[in-house]
Amino acid sequence: MPIHDQGYRRYRGTRVPSGRAWWVIARAGVGTMLRRRAFVALLALAWLPFVVRAVQIYAATTLPQASFLAPDANLFRDFLEQQGAFLFFVTVYAGSGLIANDRRTNALQIYLSKPMTRLEYVVGKCAVLASLLLFVTWVPAFMLLLVQIAFSGSLIFLRDNLFLFPAITLFSWLQAVTVTLMMLALSSLSKSSRFVGILYAVLMFFSRALGGIVYAVTRDRRLSWISVPADLSRIGDAIFGLPSRGEASIAVALIAIGVLAVGSVYVLQRRVRGVEVVV
Amino acid sequence: MDAISPVATLDDVAVVYGRQDALSGVTVAFGAGAVGLLGPNGAGKSTMIKALLGFVTPTRGRMTVLGHDVALQQRRIRAHVGYMPECDAHIPGLNAVSFVAYCGELSGLPRPDAMQRAHEVLFYVGLGEARYRNVETYSTGMKQRIKLAQALVHDPDLILLDEPTNGMDPKGRDEMLALIRDLAVNKGVSVLVSSHLLPDIEFTCNRVIVMDRGRVVADSLINSLKESPGQLFELRIKAPAGRDAFVATLNAAGFECHSTDDDVMRVFVPGSSGPRELFALAAAHQIQVRHLRPSVSTLEDAFARAVGVE
Repeated sequence: MPIHDQGYRRYRGTRVPSGRAWWVIARAGVGTMLRRRAFVALLALAWLPFVVRAVQIYAATTLPQASFLAPDANLFRDFLEQQGAFLFFVTVYAGSGLIANDRRTNALQIYLSKPMTRLEYVVGKCAVLASLLLFVTWVPAFMLLLVQIAFSGSLIFLRDNLFLFPAITLFSWLQAVTVTLMMLALSSLSKSSRFVGILYAVLMFFSRALGGIVYAVTRDRRLSWISVPADLSRIGDAIFGLPSRGEASIAVALIAIGVLAVGSVYVLQRRVRGVEVVV
Repeated sequence: MDAISPVATLDDVAVVYGRQDALSGVTVAFGAGAVGLLGPNGAGKSTMIKALLGFVTPTRGRMTVLGHDVALQQRRIRAHVGYMPECDAHIPGLNAVSFVAYCGELSGLPRPDAMQRAHEVLFYVGLGEARYRNVETYSTGMKQRIKLAQALVHDPDLILLDEPTNGMDPKGRDEMLALIRDLAVNKGVSVLVSSHLLPDIEFTCNRVIVMDRGRVVADSLINSLKESPGQLFELRIKAPAGRDAFVATLNAAGFECHSTDDDVMRVFVPGSSGPRELFALAAAHQIQVRHLRPSVSTLEDAFARAVGVE
């Protein structure tokens, strides 16, 4: 006779209020990524520039001979620009399979038969990628600010550059949200994460190359809005109050990124469904 | 919802895929217990289940599940409904217990409860020993079982099973059918089973809804459906002019006729007419009757009569 009946029993416990499925998806997605050693190694590599910048700040604040390394607002803008490479690799590694793998295994039918909306599903998947991207952009940049305060022992730098924290936050989040929406839209188009990764890389490099070709032919930087990285870079300069590099106007760059985001949401709205009807 | 309320209703529901009518003005109510949804491929069974889940939006009509309007209260419905899709479906990269627990959490169970339920449900469906294996390494039969487990983990009041025995070996199929029957009979879970396999429906359900080309063509208790007024005969003939002409004659005379094997026909003689009329027709067309015996009506006969196949 069994000491414990392991047959089916009705559930008598409590249920969590609805609307939290996105959090379950986000938590599980981040956990899955962090169990991959290669991805953890990539994250560690992405923090190396932070270490270098922290040493720079330490040297500038403690060694008079290194005062020429003293940090200014540009340091934080340059740091975020440098993190662009890691942003790309983390996006491809963590984002390409987010929806494509679910489509490959027909998991959307499982997800959407649960008490959750399509919006919650998309928000959950967005949260997975966006949080990992913010971990390599916003978090280290914010930590750099703290490091500067800690090593200098005063709030003078922060007081003189009050715009820095909002600028870091706004630019990092704008980058993360734009890239996340774009990658998720691409991921919803295919069942192959490899194909999605290649497609994303081609789009990023192609748009940059096309922008370069257009400039070479026309000698006019106003058409550089074609390049997504250039648009983000232009907006970043404006947020940090840096002079324009002669590229497209900030308004055009904002419109280009806005159109990209709206287009991505449209694709997601069309592609994330419980059933795919082919007529 | 009281005990006699239907668990799901469709009222004049139409679903169109492009120019193809998948459901055409379907009006039906599913009571508690086990109900079978029977029909040939393309009859609209899966579409009906997907419409009840809100996956496809009807062009007209109204549906309710567990007393809730499908158009307005999908989240509430899905909290109390389990769905086992027809196709292979799982969440990639997870072992069985993590997958089922994850589904429990998505359905609103607290994390510890979801994990405990996942273990219990996996033992119930017969995957207890394999619950730490990655789902992607499972055989087809095991994948069917885990689809049932994820549909049960949050303890639904109604489960929608779309072709639950697809790809299973005979032993696995028997076990799956026994589980479905146990859920409906002993565990108080209402079950809607969609299948094109008549024995599956006959074993698990006490009521059947027969669909054909997007319409409900029969809706009855299985026993009632089999006990149609009239008599059924097994008939073997020798027909110099061919069987088809005689089949056409029988059909024209109001008999329903369909073949089971190469040379055996099952002829349903409605009303009080008996074998005498069969013999008379055969004699009139110079057909030799080699074999005639009364037969018991099966679900297959009822299905054939309902969808009009020969």
